[in-house]
Amino acid sequence: MNSRLISIIRKEFIQLFRDKRMLALILVIPLVQLFLLGYAAVNDVRNVPLAVFDQSHSVEGRELLAAFQAADYFKLTYAVDSNDEMLSLLETGAVKAGMVIPPDYAIRLQEGRAQVSFILDGSDPTVASTALAAAQLIGQSKSTEMMQQKISRMGSTVKIQPPVEVLTTVLYNPDMISAYFMIPGVIGMILFAITAILTATSVVRERERGTIEQLIVTPIRPIELVIGKITPYVLLSLFDAVEVIAVGHFWFGVPIRGSLLLIGLACSVFLFSGLGIGLFASTIANTQQEAMLTVWMTLLPAIFLGGFFFPIENMPQILQAISYAIPLRYFLRIIRVLLLKGVGIESIQGDMLALVIFGVVIMSAAALRFRKRLD
Amino acid sequence: MNPPAIEVTNLTRLFGDFVAVDHISFKVNEGEIVGYLGPNGCGKTTTIRMLLGLLKPSEGKATVLGYDAFSQSEEVRLRTGYMSQKFAIYDDLTVRENLDFYGGVYGLKKNGQISETLEKVGLTGHETLLTRELSAGWRQRLALAIALVHRPRLLFLDEPTSGVDPNARRAFWDLIYDLSGQGVTILVTTHYMDEAEYCGRVGMMRGGQLLAMDTPGALKAQFVQGEVWEVYTGALLEGIKALSQAREVAHASLAGDHLRLIATPGFGEAGIQRLFQAARLELTLIQRGEPTLEDVFTALVKK
Repeated sequence: MNSRLISIIRKEFIQLFRDKRMLALILVIPLVQLFLLGYAAVNDVRNVPLAVFDQSHSVEGRELLAAFQAADYFKLTYAVDSNDEMLSLLETGAVKAGMVIPPDYAIRLQEGRAQVSFILDGSDPTVASTALAAAQLIGQSKSTEMMQQKISRMGSTVKIQPPVEVLTTVLYNPDMISAYFMIPGVIGMILFAITAILTATSVVRERERGTIEQLIVTPIRPIELVIGKITPYVLLSLFDAVEVIAVGHFWFGVPIRGSLLLIGLACSVFLFSGLGIGLFASTIANTQQEAMLTVWMTLLPAIFLGGFFFPIENMPQILQAISYAIPLRYFLRIIRVLLLKGVGIESIQGDMLALVIFGVVIMSAAALRFRKRLD
Repeated sequence: MNPPAIEVTNLTRLFGDFVAVDHISFKVNEGEIVGYLGPNGCGKTTTIRMLLGLLKPSEGKATVLGYDAFSQSEEVRLRTGYMSQKFAIYDDLTVRENLDFYGGVYGLKKNGQISETLEKVGLTGHETLLTRELSAGWRQRLALAIALVHRPRLLFLDEPTSGVDPNARRAFWDLIYDLSGQGVTILVTTHYMDEAEYCGRVGMMRGGQLLAMDTPGALKAQFVQGEVWEVYTGALLEGIKALSQAREVAHASLAGDHLRLIATPGFGEAGIQRLFQAARLELTLIQRGEPTLEDVFTALVKK
């Protein structure tokens, strides 16, 4: 390494460690994101608050209620005495579902024609659809159980079986825990955001302060300036990635089934996309705020179209096409596959290649523009 | 004899339709201190940027230390120092860290040369101070140290004293004389007329054109045609009015507590007294004054 490069790297590190608040932010932001997305951004529907208007006051009614409470999909929050009361609870959002057990429930049950009504708040489709499915499932299994009891009472030993049974197996994330989906995504988002924003602002800062002019009249070459400036941020971003993976694994229990070497390789390759976009932004922006907003403009589409929250397969064709230009898309697939499935390089090589291509293209574009601005 | 340190022929720079520097030509010999004087935006900084190869000339040619300023800018930059208007200092680094950084960038082996540079600008003992805590005068010295750390033969100083108090300005010029004594050639821009008096030769620039370049004495002798008089009176404003009406008076203006005028030779004390008597104004004292570079500039602009 030559003395020019070493001098720049040393200077950047001194500046980085001198700004303690900034350093703390860089190290704490990933944790905040991790806990937010690990706990708050959860699609799993559990403990839906339920109000019950039990008009039958019968043992049978209470049995049905017990069945609803046994599965932890619902949580009996209110027992009400009128339909109006139930509706007002739904209106205020105090409960998301209501069940009405009619007065003649026990008698009708004997006749085999009992009905209960189930009312759902559909304003949150995720909650409603899951709750609906759960309610139907609970109702069905309860009636199968009751039929079985009836038959046994009649002295028969025949077991009732539905004619077709679908045996389901959920691979990789059998409990379908959202955090396992979200946390690998956080790694991608952090790597991208931290490298792009820090690279862009650190280059633009030199222009803002007028030091870039002084640097140009020294023997520094543009490539040395770029490498020297980004090295500390590369290391810091990788440190952040390790932090997120470690906390994700040991706190949230996200499995690490793939090889750590491959994960490290994927993170390193992906870093170049963030660095390239950061450098490119620095050639457009004249102030640090402009640089920050320019990066932000690429960050939002990356998060929404890259498959961070929503599956790309469900998006309209045009958005799916755009998503091919978003490096986060490839990295998210790689990191989720590596962590949860533990496969080898053969099943991620296509995505890796895409990342390499994107990195080379954006870095070259940035380098070309960077040189021009120095002239 | 050595070739000139700087040789500029018909140097021109356009920004779109705007002519920032308009066909200027001059020479600077080794060891000279040359001042470049003119109002803000007259093309001083653009000229220096072209001499350092930061901007490409639209027309003309500039040679610095025998190298072409644009095509051989790397050679030029190795041998020259540059102190820009915005002092190129990292606020979050200490004095020493700033200088270590620039020293490293020039590939200096540590310590010796850096300590020596600090000593030269009088910052020894302040190495560990954060730059953002320094006064403007000290920041200026550090910026000079940065420009000097690789021991350049030629120094470009762009408005080095703007925003600095008079004492620090004076001390800064002492430093510049020391450097000149050691054989360093200096091209310094300023818009302070009094500072230009310290230079061996002065170039006067306005609207992108180099109006004249010579020693302060020669400029005054050539362009200030007439005698300078200082007039003390109780009626300053009426005095200016009275003086301005005379054809022999080239220029009359307020100079603090008195009036200053340039009159054709022969008009003299008697002429001034006549004017004041005619206007019924009291007169306290009349004495001869010295022409200044400001007079030169005013005369040049009028031409």
